[in-house]
Amino acid sequence: MPASSRSRGVTTAAALVAALAVLPLVVVGVQASAGGPGTAIDFLFRPRVGELLVHTGQLIAVTVPATIAVGTLAAWLVERTDLPGAGWWRTLLLAPLAVPAFVSAYAWISLAPAMTGFLGAALVTTLAYFPFVFLPVAALLRVLDGTEEEAARSLGLGPLAATRRTVLPRLRPAISGGALLVALHLLAEFGVLEMMRFQTFTTAIMQQYAVGFSDTAGSLLASVLALLCLLVLTVEVVARGHRRVARVGAGAHRGAESVPLGPWKVPALLSLAVLVALALVVPLVMIARWLLVGTEAVAGEDLLRVALTTVGLALLGGLLTTLLALPGAWLLNRGRSALSLVLERVTFVASALPGVVVALALVTLTVRWARPLYQTVGLLVLAYAILFLPRAMVSLRSGLAAAPPELTEAARSLGARGPEAFVRVVLPQAAPSVLTGFVLVALAIGTELTATLLLAPTGAETLALAFWSASSELDYAAAAPYAAVMVALSVPLTLLLRRQILEER
Amino acid sequence: MSDIRISDVSVGYGATTVLDRVDLSVRAGSTTAVLGGSGSGKTTLLRVIAGFLRPTSGQVEIAGRTVAGNGTWVPPERRGVGYVRQEGGLFPHLSVAGNIAFGLPWPRRRHRNRVLELLDLVELPAHLADRRPDQLSGGQQQRVALARALAPGPDLVLLDEPFSSLDTALRSSTREATSRALRATGATSILVTHDQGEALSFADEVAILRGGTFRQVAAPRVIYGEPVDALVAAFLGDAVLLPGTASAGAVHCVLGDLPVRGFVTHGDVEVMLRPEQIVLTAPGAGQLDAVVRSVAYFGHDAVVELDLEAEVAVGEPPHGVRARVAGAQPPSAGERVGLAVVGPARVYPAR
Repeated sequence: MPASSRSRGVTTAAALVAALAVLPLVVVGVQASAGGPGTAIDFLFRPRVGELLVHTGQLIAVTVPATIAVGTLAAWLVERTDLPGAGWWRTLLLAPLAVPAFVSAYAWISLAPAMTGFLGAALVTTLAYFPFVFLPVAALLRVLDGTEEEAARSLGLGPLAATRRTVLPRLRPAISGGALLVALHLLAEFGVLEMMRFQTFTTAIMQQYAVGFSDTAGSLLASVLALLCLLVLTVEVVARGHRRVARVGAGAHRGAESVPLGPWKVPALLSLAVLVALALVVPLVMIARWLLVGTEAVAGEDLLRVALTTVGLALLGGLLTTLLALPGAWLLNRGRSALSLVLERVTFVASALPGVVVALALVTLTVRWARPLYQTVGLLVLAYAILFLPRAMVSLRSGLAAAPPELTEAARSLGARGPEAFVRVVLPQAAPSVLTGFVLVALAIGTELTATLLLAPTGAETLALAFWSASSELDYAAAAPYAAVMVALSVPLTLLLRRQILEER
Repeated sequence: MSDIRISDVSVGYGATTVLDRVDLSVRAGSTTAVLGGSGSGKTTLLRVIAGFLRPTSGQVEIAGRTVAGNGTWVPPERRGVGYVRQEGGLFPHLSVAGNIAFGLPWPRRRHRNRVLELLDLVELPAHLADRRPDQLSGGQQQRVALARALAPGPDLVLLDEPFSSLDTALRSSTREATSRALRATGATSILVTHDQGEALSFADEVAILRGGTFRQVAAPRVIYGEPVDALVAAFLGDAVLLPGTASAGAVHCVLGDLPVRGFVTHGDVEVMLRPEQIVLTAPGAGQLDAVVRSVAYFGHDAVVELDLEAEVAVGEPPHGVRARVAGAQPPSAGERVGLAVVGPARVYPAR
């Protein structure tokens, strides 16, 4: 029957994509265990590995709580108090997302060269990553309406106690989700930590690779890194809990009354201003300064060529990622089945894999089995697709959810066949979200550094690569134009995310 | 003509059976209301007929064509069955006109005449054609959904609780407009609802679905006046159920000896009266006397709960005898009244 063969096609496609998404994990695991348990134990139980573990742990232990505190407090000030200019603050607090973390590290290190080491790493990552917490918490604070707070007040609680006991518990999933993102980014971070000369697993793997490609050593480190990522993922699942946070019962949505800040207004404004100055103004001013210092450092046509290469890769990668995410997203929206459950878990796990692990796995595979593919555009784009598949999936799913099965059924009972119903009903509904997903992925690719360093074809230069080679040679002036273009290209990202907060309902 | 025949249809998910060997025939051009509580399987039945769900067994025949069963399966788009749901389900990206024309063949989609004709049929003004669905009220959305379903000229229209999300005033006007539109097109329709008044007033036939099977399928008057068992009686309308003893054409219960219609047996029975069969009189003027325990006042009428003096005298627990009286002058609590029974009672074997 045509209907079932069609859905079988979609199912097969989704299963293949899921296999592709876990491929890096499998390759790294197999590679790491190839030397036998003895080699693995000898390698892993060295002081060096212990030191990497301590470094990584230290960074997570400081940056994650710091981003939670800064992000949540800022979100509460913007969304729930009578802070003047809340709309402007919302934009300014999301804007650091447009500055790639390694660009902001470059700004700080060129401002204060002595800032290397743990403190510099923690400061820069906190400033670069707090929007990951700010974004979901602010979005949720807008959705939660004030009725529960009012109920708590009428039961005799003061305003602070009411917030603590009704709002804070319900923010848990948003805070926990944001913190997960911060932790995973810390595990995957290469650029910032390399600049700050602070060694973690990712930087160690990259160095191992640069020194000489050793399958086993690299894969052993990578598999520890992957395990750490999975551990973080598990911790988050437990921390998030599964209590109901949505409002119970029907009735029109009503916004919450804003809390008057009173005498705290000036301190609140000042601390937000300091935050924005550190996270946004310092990087932008430093880029501008270096642009002015070295106007002749980069030829215009070089910049244009590199920018075009980057845009081309971003569009290609965005397209492939969106296409690959489509069957899975469609299947997941069709309700529960064994495969959709597996698919959901796989995407979830894949979302935790750092770029370095994915890239290393693809390098290993192609060097071993498909030499001609090594360092080709195709392989690079495939790595991007594996890396950003979960991101595309989120947008696609929400887009397809905008066209619930009832609408497809209505179309079919009006005589439209399956594909026709998809084109006339589902696609028009889903188009904005599909486009958003595509843009998000393309923008992420535009500033991707780690996987690109490992996989880019010889001679091909992206903005991130060009910036990286210039700044590694301490030629800050030559790096500035590339940084400026990356920031400029990332502005739409910030605007998209801002809209996401505003429209969340 | 487009008779609908459903025979022996079962639907189950794993161990649970939702529909259990259901039979239903709908005469061409008529309206059948399927009345059932939540979870009775009424929406499942509609989904089987529309082709969104395959029955585990059984056959569905629409206009003489088997669409499910006997190894055939006709997909929903080729069944010619219109479907209107509770929330309308209009396509949010299309205008009213776009929605109505959706099911028309491509060349006719552009012609506005058919759209305007259908708007007129469902009694909506022509200027709504260019509105977006979110600019319409709930009642207007339902009417557009009906127009959309009727546009391709279906053999059968399925209505899945289409009025239940509307408020009372809007509900009756939308229901009447729907009824007129269906009659004007001569379409056969099946309405699923949990609202008894809606089922009785809207349909030519009412089918009571309980626990996955039809308990009774009959014309509204028959089903209200002669329910097949006490469950149906209590489910459809209000029923006073009393224990009694039957003998040769009459039944004895706490209200005295009552004439019986239909099924007659001997021995212990359950006696069913509609509350409007119990009429209040001046004390001593009726068959027996009672004291008003409470009154539920609805404006157009009132339901009076009664304690029979015969019961009180022997200290028996009250049987819950209720009378439905016109709203103009209901008695007040504590008042003594007489009562009389009008018309025959129905009896069922004691449970």
